[in-house]
Amino acid sequence: MTSSMRGPICFAIMAALLMIVGFGQSWSVALSIINLCLISSIMALGLNMQWGYAGLFNVGVMGFAALGGVAAVLVSMPPIQEAWTAGGWDMLWTLAMLIGTVLAVLGVRRLVPSGGLRIILTLVVLLCGYGLIRVFFDPAADAIEDVNPAKTGYLGGLGLPILLAWPVGGLVAAGAAWLIAKIALGLRADYLAIATLGIAEIILAVLKNEDWLARGVKNVSGLERPVPYEVELQASAQFESWAHAIGMETVEASTILVKLCYAGLFLAVLVVIMVLAQKALHSPWGRMMRAIRDNEVSAEAMGKNVTRRHLEIFVIGGAVMGVAGAMLTTLDGQFTPGTYQPLRFTFLIWVMVIVGGSGNNWGAVLGGFFIWFIWIEAEPAGLWLMDFITSGLSPESALRAHLLQGAAYMRLCVMGLILLLALRFAPRGLIPEPVRR
Amino acid sequence: MEGLINAIVLFSNFVLIPGMAYGSQLALGALGVTLIYSILRFANFAHGDLMAFGTMFVILITWWLQSIGVGIDPLPTALLALPFGMAAAIAISLLSDRFVYRFYRRNKSPAVIFVIVSIGVMFLMNGLVRVIIGPNDREFGDGARFLIKAREFKEATGLNEGLALKLSQGLTIAVTFVVVIALFWFLQKSRTGKAMRAYSDNEDLALLSGVSPDRVVIVAWVIAGSLATIAGTLYGLDKSFKPFTYFQLLLPIFAAAIVGGIGHPVGAVVGGYVIAFSEVTVTYAYKKFLIYIVPESWEPESLVQLLSTEYKFAVSFVILVVVLLVRPTGIFKGKVL
Amino acid sequence: MSILLGENMVGGYGGADILQGCTVAVDAGEIAVIVGPNGAGKSTAMKAVFGMLNLREGRVVLDGKDITALSPQARVKEGMAFVPQTNNVFSGMTVEENLEMGAYLRTDDFSGTMEQIYDLFPILKEKRRQAAGELSGGQRQQVAFGRALMTEPRVLMLDEPTAGVSPIVMDELFDRIIEVGRTGVAVLMVEQNAAQALEIANTGYVLVTGENRFTDTGAALLANPEVRRSFLGG
Repeated sequence: MTSSMRGPICFAIMAALLMIVGFGQSWSVALSIINLCLISSIMALGLNMQWGYAGLFNVGVMGFAALGGVAAVLVSMPPIQEAWTAGGWDMLWTLAMLIGTVLAVLGVRRLVPSGGLRIILTLVVLLCGYGLIRVFFDPAADAIEDVNPAKTGYLGGLGLPILLAWPVGGLVAAGAAWLIAKIALGLRADYLAIATLGIAEIILAVLKNEDWLARGVKNVSGLERPVPYEVELQASAQFESWAHAIGMETVEASTILVKLCYAGLFLAVLVVIMVLAQKALHSPWGRMMRAIRDNEVSAEAMGKNVTRRHLEIFVIGGAVMGVAGAMLTTLDGQFTPGTYQPLRFTFLIWVMVIVGGSGNNWGAVLGGFFIWFIWIEAEPAGLWLMDFITSGLSPESALRAHLLQGAAYMRLCVMGLILLLALRFAPRGLIPEPVRR
Repeated sequence: MEGLINAIVLFSNFVLIPGMAYGSQLALGALGVTLIYSILRFANFAHGDLMAFGTMFVILITWWLQSIGVGIDPLPTALLALPFGMAAAIAISLLSDRFVYRFYRRNKSPAVIFVIVSIGVMFLMNGLVRVIIGPNDREFGDGARFLIKAREFKEATGLNEGLALKLSQGLTIAVTFVVVIALFWFLQKSRTGKAMRAYSDNEDLALLSGVSPDRVVIVAWVIAGSLATIAGTLYGLDKSFKPFTYFQLLLPIFAAAIVGGIGHPVGAVVGGYVIAFSEVTVTYAYKKFLIYIVPESWEPESLVQLLSTEYKFAVSFVILVVVLLVRPTGIFKGKVL
Repeated sequence: MSILLGENMVGGYGGADILQGCTVAVDAGEIAVIVGPNGAGKSTAMKAVFGMLNLREGRVVLDGKDITALSPQARVKEGMAFVPQTNNVFSGMTVEENLEMGAYLRTDDFSGTMEQIYDLFPILKEKRRQAAGELSGGQRQQVAFGRALMTEPRVLMLDEPTAGVSPIVMDELFDRIIEVGRTGVAVLMVEQNAAQALEIANTGYVLVTGENRFTDTGAALLANPEVRRSFLGG
């Protein structure tokens, strides 16, 4: 098949697979999968920008997604007045101290000539600054967390509509990306990987521990929704009659409608980002980006500011991931920092980008759909397979029970195999980057 | 005076000894990573799961040995099972080299590709371990628990603070000592070891001198697999075996290797202890320690803890970043940046 | 009778042929030097003799044996040694370890050879426990020579041994090379510093665009007005 046919054919196959699930299992399940496929595609798009356009090896996708998720909390949950009065002022003082310390360190570095004295002064400033920060922070955090810890115990949010959280999540992630890029982008590829992995872990650690911010591992649930609640729909007589008119149970119809609404929203976001991404790719800026990726030395010799371009792309890619993270938290209706696992997030997205086709936006979207689909369906498929393999054993066998329990993890092996096979036999992906002459 | 001695004992018990044990485990892990980096020239993201894989086999054999009543009391039975675990880890490493890494080596692919490939291998091993042994905590230690019991120590010395030395901790330090010495002897004195150092130093010249690249690669995986299994088993005996923890250890292990100077075995060992002690000292609550040594009026109210223990990995990461920015070649002037 | 002969060599690195039928040879105990302008194919000719590129035509004969099909490692086993222009030592290993690596393929006791090398290059004995990377340029070159000589080769091939060293060090290095020749080893050398190299050469080959232009004794070439005008700056 010609390369221009590949894309549409792959997507058609993908659509067919989803149809099979819809008819075979249920439409509710199919729609759930589609929703997460859409979100994953957006994350893959973000990573594709960093890796495919610019060759930046970001293994910290999880961190950006988590930042988007916490933005959803901080934007949409109502503010907890009591907590603010208890510790709000002290928190602001902490922030002031933090900014002050950073400025002081920068000042020392600028004013004092390089050498032993500068190092000592920097350390002194850091230590004093840290001490001052702790003086304000500790009582503030304790006070806030003491306010109704079972239900709240945190500062709350801004009480704004949750849809606003999506762009805000992007901005927060972009800010973090900017900081990370400033620190780490000069590193060579595999070191950048380690650095970004570490930063993501730190972000997660902070989110899990700083209860005053977003309840940490106690989780924030009950986030508001941009779509109707199923129970509301079920209670509405109008909806009930409408559901029966198209031959569906009210309950089923309500879940499907809700999921369809989400799908619509997510699709809209995907389309917007896709359009922007494609425009960027084909623009002079995009061409320059790829020129830098393909031959950094030449590009630099030609006067291109490589560092600047890398920074831009890293920030933009991070922003996209943040938006996807906010969307994910919205879909879940809760913020659970414990679920941000590197395997499930970072590495899975990487498989999506590689298998789909790095450097190609359509490839990233296809990868998002395809890999997520396999990831979800691999669990029941693995169970089925393990059932088949152990069918020889007696039903009470402990080994059988144990292996069946482990069947769910077969999908990790499947993912690994897919990645390895793709890298070996189809390194440019299902929809490769078109070679431009 | 007594306060000071109590403080020292307290510090030893909660910082020094755990730091030494953890540092030894990290050192062994970092040695494996640094060796693969210096010979195969990529950061092996699958190393943590290689540790889990080898340790898993040790556990399975240990359970079997325990079930048939074989033991070496007071030492843990796991030591008997160790060679089998090492063999398993070596086998899977050689297999993955033959079927995965070799292709890219022959094609002279860039290091980034190797890292992504190692992520694929990581997925596979991760899945295998969880399927075979499950994702939960596993206990497999036996034998004596303590070399020195806190209570006995207190009775013997009459101090307020007790010093406890777990067998697993003592074993970790002893085994690491032996392994490190053996490894260094091998690299410095043996013909194959020198060939490996030469290959790492200047590949073309080594080939010109007649060094066989295939042999060097095989030996590298053998050593890395063995080190990974030993490190994983010691860690599992000391704490407990949980597949996810081994992936998490990847970050401090990389930090240790890079801080010490990647490609330098001495660096890996030193780096291991630097990272371990940093993590432990920064997250230790000094309140009790200070109470012993400062006058009453100065006694602290709060825990005097720089960072909560949840931020342990953050410590190794921050050190890593600082090193990468300030002195990227690490303490012992490692390979590349 | 030449111990090493590279005859009518035609070949290159895969694309166009760089060597257009050139011949170089060296006798045991003698020094042969290949000089010529940039891009003439000097290093290429040496690499062809060592087997680092495939010859389309021509052959290489070592002591009567046709070794054209052998890989570089195999040629080392036959008694050839090659010192590349750059990256020619194990900089992280000590001088003594470098020499040991030179003898890697030997299965016998090579301590005698090592003593000989230390006699030839006294500075190496002095610095034998130091890392090769810490030595000066000239000393490092001597480590490179020593490493190559540890296999007790019949032929020693040097690719621009004095590249980038000061004139005093160059003289020292040429002295060492003469000493090596005196032990009976055939030395084939590519050099940029044509005048000084030809002074110590028994045979000189002037290569231009992959072909032999002049072949004569070193002294004769130095006296040849055409050679002097074209390549030696008058």
